[in-house]
Amino acid sequence: MAIRLLVNVIRFIVTYVVATVLVFLVMRAIPGDPAQVALGVNATPELLEATRREFGTDRPLIVQYFDWVAGLPIGDFGTSYVTRQDISPLVADRVQVSLILVVLAMIVALLIAIPFGTFAAVRHRNPSGILISGLSQVGVALPNFLAGILLVVVFAVGLGWLPANGWTPPGEDPGDFIRRVILPVVALASVQGAILTRYVRSAVLEVMSEDYLRTARAKGLGRMEALARHGLRNAAIPVLTVTSVQLAALIIGAVVIERVFVIPGLGSMLLDAVGNRDLLTVQSVVMVLVSITLIINLVVDVLYTVLDPRIRKKA
Amino acid sequence: MRRLKSTVRAAVLFTAGTFALSACSAGSTSTETAEADTSSITVALTGEPTNLDFTTTAGAAIPQALMTNVYEGLVKLDQEGEIEPLLAESWEVSDDRTTYTFALQEGATFSNGEAFTAEDVKFSIERVQSDAWASSLKAKMNVVDSVNVLSDTEVEVVLTQPSNAWLFDMATLVGAMFDPSGVDDLANTAIGTGPFSIEAWNRGESIDLAAREDYWGEAPQVETATLRYFADAIATTNALRSGDVDVVYNTQAPELLSSFESDDAFQVLDGTSNGEIVLSMNNEMAPFDDVRVRKAVMHAIDRQAVIDTAWSGYGTMVGAAVPPTDPYYEDLNDVYPYDPDAARALLAEAGMENLDITFTVPTRPYATAVSEIVVSQLAEVGINATIESAEFPAVWLDTVFTQQNYQMSVVLAVESRDFLAMFNNPDYYLGYDNSKIQGLAAEADAADEAGYIEGMQETVRTVTDDAAANVLFLFPNIVVAKAGVDNIPANSVTEALDLTSIGWK
Repeated sequence: MAIRLLVNVIRFIVTYVVATVLVFLVMRAIPGDPAQVALGVNATPELLEATRREFGTDRPLIVQYFDWVAGLPIGDFGTSYVTRQDISPLVADRVQVSLILVVLAMIVALLIAIPFGTFAAVRHRNPSGILISGLSQVGVALPNFLAGILLVVVFAVGLGWLPANGWTPPGEDPGDFIRRVILPVVALASVQGAILTRYVRSAVLEVMSEDYLRTARAKGLGRMEALARHGLRNAAIPVLTVTSVQLAALIIGAVVIERVFVIPGLGSMLLDAVGNRDLLTVQSVVMVLVSITLIINLVVDVLYTVLDPRIRKKA
Repeated sequence: MRRLKSTVRAAVLFTAGTFALSACSAGSTSTETAEADTSSITVALTGEPTNLDFTTTAGAAIPQALMTNVYEGLVKLDQEGEIEPLLAESWEVSDDRTTYTFALQEGATFSNGEAFTAEDVKFSIERVQSDAWASSLKAKMNVVDSVNVLSDTEVEVVLTQPSNAWLFDMATLVGAMFDPSGVDDLANTAIGTGPFSIEAWNRGESIDLAAREDYWGEAPQVETATLRYFADAIATTNALRSGDVDVVYNTQAPELLSSFESDDAFQVLDGTSNGEIVLSMNNEMAPFDDVRVRKAVMHAIDRQAVIDTAWSGYGTMVGAAVPPTDPYYEDLNDVYPYDPDAARALLAEAGMENLDITFTVPTRPYATAVSEIVVSQLAEVGINATIESAEFPAVWLDTVFTQQNYQMSVVLAVESRDFLAMFNNPDYYLGYDNSKIQGLAAEADAADEAGYIEGMQETVRTVTDDAAANVLFLFPNIVVAKAGVDNIPANSVTEALDLTSIGWK
């Protein structure tokens, strides 16, 4: 158990360090220069040179890299030369918004997926089960942003039930927060829910054909009872794996959904920063996303051992 | 300005008000206009500023939010583009036109409480000339020889030679007045003498402007003005429909307007702007180093068709990079009439039949819209243009503007009176050889007013005869607003979105 955790932590650190190098190099490799973007059409060669010096982007790459990486362990991302502000508090502010969005969307997605997926598995030969299966297939094929645009067109512009876009922090006005968060959460959750429904369905189907479930039924338990007492815990393992992978996908999906719904989260910050070649901010946001993904993986790994003692013993 | 809708103000107000109410309850369109708070207004814009410092950061977004509202100059431009007094109550010009003596407003203060005096004028103009300003626009103050404080409310500016452009430039962002104690963190705090101060900047969302109680001049109509920033045009009109914003300024989606035009709850205004859509041809690179090829492109493109197809008919043909609000404007649309045969003949003469070129198109809505039809019209005369997309601004600035590694491109040039900036600088990305106009332009700037206009017109004609660039059309400043909004500054003749008089009917 302890060794398993240690291996995971080491893997975490190595992945993190490799990610810093990758994101740093990728941002340097793409065309465009922060000084050029800042000066725009009011640039002259002399001004460009002076601005690069001021931004520190004229220094050797290795110096720039270590200058940036040095602050990471203490959560100091440095000062953006584009916004002239400390990046860490801005990121901290934005990450809350994105996490609220992603967590709500995942909860809604699971609330859709677990009952519908189980139902579709139990009734996999029934028309109702086939219908759910078919609908989830449509959901899987639907891109997040398209779901978002469709929801806006119907519920905001067409019916006028909900605001088309914008964000209110929950602490400021809970009612308005809910009104504004419904459409983006539904946009994210409907697609995720569809994907997860399919996994829940196949996981439950597999469990249903296991011997221990037949034994349980032979002992006199009903189908649903047997499934509830012996099946769901076993079905939870693959579902948990997929949920963790999908959580990472959801964070990426949120980048786009934040754009569609004009939500000031990490995603819109990332897109703006890429557009302005605000290299430090891009690197910092990407590292936050990497950290979140790695932490999810770590937590899920611990959860496996809780759910399935066999995994504990193997390690 | 052409008012497309809502002409009879008072009548429309009451009908629209009740109409909006019933429309809302019917649920067909969601508008919360009914109980609109008349002390505040929310304006939707696309493209948030990255910071608040226009002395080091380019782009239209910063002066659009701050000039006239937060920062003021000695003079400003009215909606027709005429210079009018602002922080300078009046001014006198010496007979040799090199000395301007300004009498300043008394009692004007900065939002940090400091009084506005002649010392601040001296500080602000000299600051433009110093290294503190990182923008080629600072060259506009090169003509200033000295600034002399005569008293607290009197200041004298001595020019090295007479200049017709200088006073106009003082109405633009290089003329903004700063307080010496307020320039430490221009990127995040803006301290000016204007009617508004920045109350909050919710990054990624909005800038909230609050009317200052201690403003020296006439108070604005609204107490708070919120500038809300959106990623694209569709999000802005959606927000207008669902009642979150009151005005969509400078919309980039003319194809969405028809549904607003036919709805009494809204008004659509077609204002003018300083922005020219310039189809650029690299004058220093083959094949456009040959004037015949450039002229062929001028004849090959039906500019009215471009306006109609790409921008739903909004926009004005100008024939040169001079908007009609400039004093030296003249209609040069007839210099190169749409004439594909003439274009083919010119290409044949240059030995350039079946020409292959690369057309670098920035990723902006106007550019994508325009590029399609331009390509098909060029194909008609035997120029095969291949579109290459360039992320705007970063990649476009790098390849086209800085490296000048392009053949043809298209961009919206938004700066006011930017004709000479574009063509009187051989290092500029257009690569126009300015030897013929350098002397002309200098003479015109130093001449009297009649001489200025005549000289500038000759300069513009010279550049047009050389077919240095194809100015497709003057970009419209389209504003969509709730019907109840009054005094919308629909003409965008300066870089500012002037919120001093906007209000509710």
